[in-house]
Amino acid sequence: MSLIELSGLEVSFGDVAAVRGVSLTIEPGEAVAIVGESGSGKSVTARALLGLTGDGARVTAKTLRIDGRDALAFGEKQWREVRGTRIGYVLQDALVSLDPLRPIGKEIAEPLLLHRVVPRSESGDKVLELLVKVGVPEPGARAAQYPHELSGGLRQRALIASAIACDPDLLIADEPTTALDVTVQAQILRLLAERKAAGTALLLISHDLAVVAEVADRVLVMRDGIVVEQGPTGTVLAEPAHEYTRTLLAAVPRAENRAERPPVEGPVVIEARDLVKTFKGRTAVDGVSFELRAGETLGLVGESGSGKTTAARLVLGLTEPDTGRVEIDGRPWDGLSRTERRELRRHIQVVYQDPLGSFDPRFTVRRVLDEALAAGGEPRTSRRARAGELLELVGLDPALLERRPRHLSGGQRQRVAIARALAPKPRVLVCDEPVSALDVSVQAQVLELLARLQLELGVAYLFISHHLGVIHQVSDRVAVMKDGRIVETGDVREVFASPRADYTRELLAAVPRLPEPRLREEIAS
Amino acid sequence: MTAVALAPPRRRRALRPGVWGASLFVGLVVVAAVVPGLLTSGNPGAADAVSALQGPGADHLLGTDANGRDLLTRIVYGARPSLLAGLGATGLAVLVGSALGLVAGLGGRFADETTMRLVEVLQSLPTLLLALLVFTIAGPGTLNSIFAIALYLMPSYARLVRVQSKLIGRSGYVEAATSLGLGRIAIVVRHVLPNAFVPLLVLATIEVGLTIVAASSLSFLGFGPKPPAPEWGAMLSAGRDYFAVAWWVAVFPGLAISLTVLSITVVGRHLQRRLEGRPS
Repeated sequence: MSLIELSGLEVSFGDVAAVRGVSLTIEPGEAVAIVGESGSGKSVTARALLGLTGDGARVTAKTLRIDGRDALAFGEKQWREVRGTRIGYVLQDALVSLDPLRPIGKEIAEPLLLHRVVPRSESGDKVLELLVKVGVPEPGARAAQYPHELSGGLRQRALIASAIACDPDLLIADEPTTALDVTVQAQILRLLAERKAAGTALLLISHDLAVVAEVADRVLVMRDGIVVEQGPTGTVLAEPAHEYTRTLLAAVPRAENRAERPPVEGPVVIEARDLVKTFKGRTAVDGVSFELRAGETLGLVGESGSGKTTAARLVLGLTEPDTGRVEIDGRPWDGLSRTERRELRRHIQVVYQDPLGSFDPRFTVRRVLDEALAAGGEPRTSRRARAGELLELVGLDPALLERRPRHLSGGQRQRVAIARALAPKPRVLVCDEPVSALDVSVQAQVLELLARLQLELGVAYLFISHHLGVIHQVSDRVAVMKDGRIVETGDVREVFASPRADYTRELLAAVPRLPEPRLREEIAS
Repeated sequence: MTAVALAPPRRRRALRPGVWGASLFVGLVVVAAVVPGLLTSGNPGAADAVSALQGPGADHLLGTDANGRDLLTRIVYGARPSLLAGLGATGLAVLVGSALGLVAGLGGRFADETTMRLVEVLQSLPTLLLALLVFTIAGPGTLNSIFAIALYLMPSYARLVRVQSKLIGRSGYVEAATSLGLGRIAIVVRHVLPNAFVPLLVLATIEVGLTIVAASSLSFLGFGPKPPAPEWGAMLSAGRDYFAVAWWVAVFPGLAISLTVLSITVVGRHLQRRLEGRPS
């Protein structure tokens, strides 16, 4: 008997159909993954299995059987019995999913007591046992800590511990590693694989094909509420039958997507020397030096807290270093008057991870660009025309000028942010995780755009990312940061092919990899 | 095939006739305040001892007061001082409050501490005591009651603007503007002020209603405009003495106050939903 038998699931919110006829079966002990971009309906499908689609949703299905019982007839009471005991649910963001006012031990004990798995007197021991099971070191001390005192990886483990507390038959994990660093992600994936080995069925929801490739037996690829392709993981990834799956696979940032890059011969535009910055006794940047030439891309890679964003702010002159100096085009930030600094700023521009937050919410795209053009010294008379040209340059329709950024898609917003950054004709663009918040297909387009702009305009990029694939695809040289220091630097191909520093090796080993796609001719023959 | 609904469909949001009605009433009050002659042809001061304390009827739609003056006419003419007090006090409080809030929010530690301590001293004084203090020093009257109410409203506005400007000062778009090389003053004028103002305006709109009540209360206590000038609070106060024999003398001015405040609050809440529901 299948654990989950779902057919003809339809979910709509108002007039918008989020899921249109999805069927899914999960056998006991099987690991199934649903992969898709935002808005594909993958999370809504998972939530329907828990009866958690929310009041605004209209949900219908031909069949929904959980462990042989007809879930279509379930009332709230029966759903509550299923949640936690038969099906455990792990959300993406452990910080908001855990109660900030309760130690994690209490949080994990709650389902145990609620579903009367163990008597109250034994719940403490059971919590420790669960924490050991999910690989939390020093479980006794950790159980007494609050979510904000734990690292992202430990929080995610605690959340998984509470989801498996009642030993469910199925564990649903919605983007369980998206917010995590790559080395921590590898640990969580191993943990999920262990649960599977212990006999728990898994339903993984992810936008990242490489992540699910490691754990899942079967993959469903969703788009616009429809399953476009499904099959064994190896087959789907190696011989994708549907056009969309192929696009998704091709869009994954990696070395193979590198464009031919001309050799860099331009003059030095940024020179950073021995930068040190301490915040309240914590050293964020500790002796960082690098240089960047016109037309070159330097990839700055590291995990969260490695100091890469602080380094960027020092280069941008938004934060003053304790010691060390940054020169833009040979002019150092320090020792300039306020007016001279402002004049220098337009030579180095920035593109953020969250473009929406970087736009004044009252401004239309035209006003955003107008302000940037004015800052670059463009006379009022020509700004109107230039704003349209800038949008065309980044591949947007000039008709979008009158829109507000919040009415644009994520990819369009990031293009507007790039257009704004280019408006004052800068020599350097600092890109701080510019594609991390975007869907993989949009990511590929934005990276392509940045590469094209660099060739056309000869602008230099300081490209910050935690994603090694992205760095590998876009950079000429790479600097690997850890604990405020650059542990290794050099030509990106050399560093990634034969890393010298232990940390670089560790990072590279942790990256989930897609199996090599088989050549189509090989399949045909 | 059995397609079963697992969750009820969302109920469509009904059109809100309440907001329309409230807007209409606010419009009516504004017309009464600006051109009272449009709504009534009578004279608010015309006393007629013969028809004193007449009930609502054909001659006098809402009845007459103890001096035989037409209540409807007086209520229409009373809109101006009430609205003036409400808008004046709120406007003054917004102006002074946002100036202090900006100084505190963007002016550095010393400016912040000084302004906020001053604001706290004001807030620690009981409201009525503060008003009485103003009247003792400056005497009663419309202008002074505006001043007293503004003094009471100002601290919360200053606090709101302070927090808003601090938040916006750290926002991505202010940093983006800094990176473009914009000067501090340009950033404050173009980005901080307008965005800090949105929640302030919403709060102020809602509180205009409360301000009208406050102004009427002060007139009720005898600190407002001098009789026989028509003013809702003063009319309510005068009607108190005849309540047992002529309920309309107090009820209609009271109703005018309540409906105006209610309408303004409804419109204000509507604005709040419209303006604050957006990401900023």
